Amino acid sequence: MDSSILSSILFATIVAGTPLIIVALGQLIAEKSGVLNLGAEGMMAMGAIAGFAVTLHSGNPWLGVLAGMAAGIAMSFIFAVVVLTLMANQVASGLALSILGVGLSAFIGKPYESEILPTVGAIRIPLLADLPIIGDALFNQQALVYFSWALFAGITWFLYRSRPGLILRAVGESPSSAHSIGYHAIKIRYLATLFGGAMAGVGGAFLSVFYTPLWVEGMVSGRGWIAIALVVFATWRPFRVLVGAYLFGGVMVVQLFVQGSGLEINIPSQFLSALPYLATIVVLVIISRDQNTVRLNAPVSLGQPFRPEA
Amino acid sequence: MTSDTDGDQTPRLELHGITKIYPSVIANEDVSLSVKRGEIHAVLGENGAGKSTLMKMIYGVTKADAGEMKWEGEVVQVENPAHARSLGIGMVFQHFSLFETLNVVENVALALPGNPDLKQLADQITEVSNRYGLPVDPGRLVHALSVGERQRVEIIRCLLQNPKLLIMDEPTSVLTPQAVRKLFDTLRQLADEGCSILYISHKLDEIQELCHVATVLRDGKVTGDCIPSEETPKSMASLMIGKELPVPEHSGSSEPGETRLQLNRLSKASDDPFGTSLEDIELEVRSGEILGIAGVSGNGQQELLYALSGEIPVNDADSIVICGTPSGRDLPDQRRGNGMGFVPEERLGRGAVPRMSLTENALLTAHRAGMLKRGMIQFDKIATFASKCIEDFNVKCGGAEHAANSLSGGNLQKFIMGREILLTPKLLVVAQPTWGVDVGAAAFIRQELIDLRNQGTAILVISEELEELFEISDRIAVIADGRISPAKKLADTNIDEIGVWMSGMWDQATPAEVVAHD
Repeated sequence: MDSSILSSILFATIVAGTPLIIVALGQLIAEKSGVLNLGAEGMMAMGAIAGFAVTLHSGNPWLGVLAGMAAGIAMSFIFAVVVLTLMANQVASGLALSILGVGLSAFIGKPYESEILPTVGAIRIPLLADLPIIGDALFNQQALVYFSWALFAGITWFLYRSRPGLILRAVGESPSSAHSIGYHAIKIRYLATLFGGAMAGVGGAFLSVFYTPLWVEGMVSGRGWIAIALVVFATWRPFRVLVGAYLFGGVMVVQLFVQGSGLEINIPSQFLSALPYLATIVVLVIISRDQNTVRLNAPVSLGQPFRPEA
Repeated sequence: MTSDTDGDQTPRLELHGITKIYPSVIANEDVSLSVKRGEIHAVLGENGAGKSTLMKMIYGVTKADAGEMKWEGEVVQVENPAHARSLGIGMVFQHFSLFETLNVVENVALALPGNPDLKQLADQITEVSNRYGLPVDPGRLVHALSVGERQRVEIIRCLLQNPKLLIMDEPTSVLTPQAVRKLFDTLRQLADEGCSILYISHKLDEIQELCHVATVLRDGKVTGDCIPSEETPKSMASLMIGKELPVPEHSGSSEPGETRLQLNRLSKASDDPFGTSLEDIELEVRSGEILGIAGVSGNGQQELLYALSGEIPVNDADSIVICGTPSGRDLPDQRRGNGMGFVPEERLGRGAVPRMSLTENALLTAHRAGMLKRGMIQFDKIATFASKCIEDFNVKCGGAEHAANSLSGGNLQKFIMGREILLTPKLLVVAQPTWGVDVGAAAFIRQELIDLRNQGTAILVISEELEELFEISDRIAVIADGRISPAKKLADTNIDEIGVWMSGMWDQATPAEVVAHD
């Protein structure tokens, strides 16, 4: 394999992993507060169509990203009211949100199905981008790729170094204890849920504005679910989310490459298409076997409603 | 007493006519009390008397429906715990409010205002812990700490806020006797420095030893104030439960008969990373004797009970022999078929099905006693049996058709104990027989256990209440860190020795060094 192929596989891997990182890190924050929002798929779909439509009308992809974020926040706000204020079951409400988002985005997106957006140029970092093989892949990328790295660094710092992060983890472990020492657990859960929604919306907008860049019904194609699975199998640790997302992206790109290369191999293409999902889950299951790591990092109150005493 | 040493005589805390009504119950009615500075003030009462609710109102966790609270002479309305802390009120909860996956420093930091530097805070924690004799390592994760250590963390967390009033809710229920003594030293030192302490307990001897003044609650109302040192446990008990405290009669030691339960080097690695693995447990319970197992919670009691009940069978069938049958691999049903009865610690979910009626719950374990005919339920028989449990054990409930979760914890415990005792098993394994049961009912249950023993049943009791074990056991052993001590006849041991053993130190000879390490 010559180095230009390797370089382009690496490039495509990074791009494919980016929306997963953004969405999964957002969900990680929400789950660390004890809120399990299974609606990521729906929030991403709404973010994708909102981002696409706004970019098309305004001509500005950044307004599109903001619109995607707003759509994600709106969706997660509905969810937050239902599960945090009205105390509905988180699992059922999250599934409903997914179905709502996927359906509603298809409805809104009907008129946009034949449109195509202009490609947004990459941002090239001088000198570093000239490195062999990795230069292009790492330092000649879309702005949102750099954003995903900043998000990773920021969230790692936030969770393990900052006081609000400490409070967030405390609420996720025991909202009643947090309440009894004076924290507003419901408010903190609201903020975390909205952040998760915002990131899901940005992830969705990345797909429709930068990645494809067009709108097709069902274009999120399970990435929201993979992001949720990533968070769990990464045992709620940001670095493992990063690894899992790139693993998924890598296998996705390699199997597309194999399918498109015309190589004579006797593997059904359906199996190859399923491979990224399979590989990610198998690898993450293996690294999350250690029960101690799970117990120490899993938010104990995940999915449980909390009602402060009157 | 130290409360009269200073000039300022304004009470630190005064409550007038505090009332709190929950939909189904009046938790507090017209409660008034007054706490001076440097005073250790007991709030005495049975489970459900309204002590915890009263403390939660003082600490701002819940709000009173009526009444007035004065803090250092000024009327205040405590909005929330943060407000209470800013006034100088600290509280150590009965069920700890610590976060297990965080370390000690982080736990303390969460309760302090602002954004304290964690390194400096660790030094402060060490300083306070040295000053008050509360040894604890600031860097450790809370889940790895013993219950006694966790309590120290809670106390240190309060002390760092320089409280003027410290509320302690049933602080000794989880401590070894030695740790209780150390805690009392710390509390006395605090009181001498001017801190007031509200000490909640139902243990009369502790209140007599420690407290200057006591306010007694019954059914949410104040039934009296007293000076514990001038009272007898009897007189305080009658204030607390409205009648004299019955003492179970133990009819001396009869000659125990055949072996009904034998554990041979029972070992079981725990699946739970925070659990305790059982190591070479050896014990024997004979017909007509009660073997008590003492220990601080979390030392393998749960694991031992799961292995005994058959909920988690073990690989080696011979390591658990029930009435002569090797039963290690048997499931709970087979073990019950061999004559074992079992009362778990959790009543709802393990001892009874919450939403099923008492009759149906009785059927769950009594179906072997002739309640079935050709696979069909004999409804008249099971109804008679359920009513007998209710009557004989004085269970307060709406009737046998009411759901198990409509009963209070104590009444459900009486029902479950009744169900198992009336089946007169050959072997009965009981965890925490009187946990959460009021003092009168507890004495009744203990008496029933002793009567059952006199009828020839072998009984194994696992309890965290040492007084209880000393009241009913013939022999007593200690479980610590998944290992079990030799069993001693009651006459050959005492609370001090068992207390030392609870730290896992039955092999060593010198108890003096043990005290600091629980």
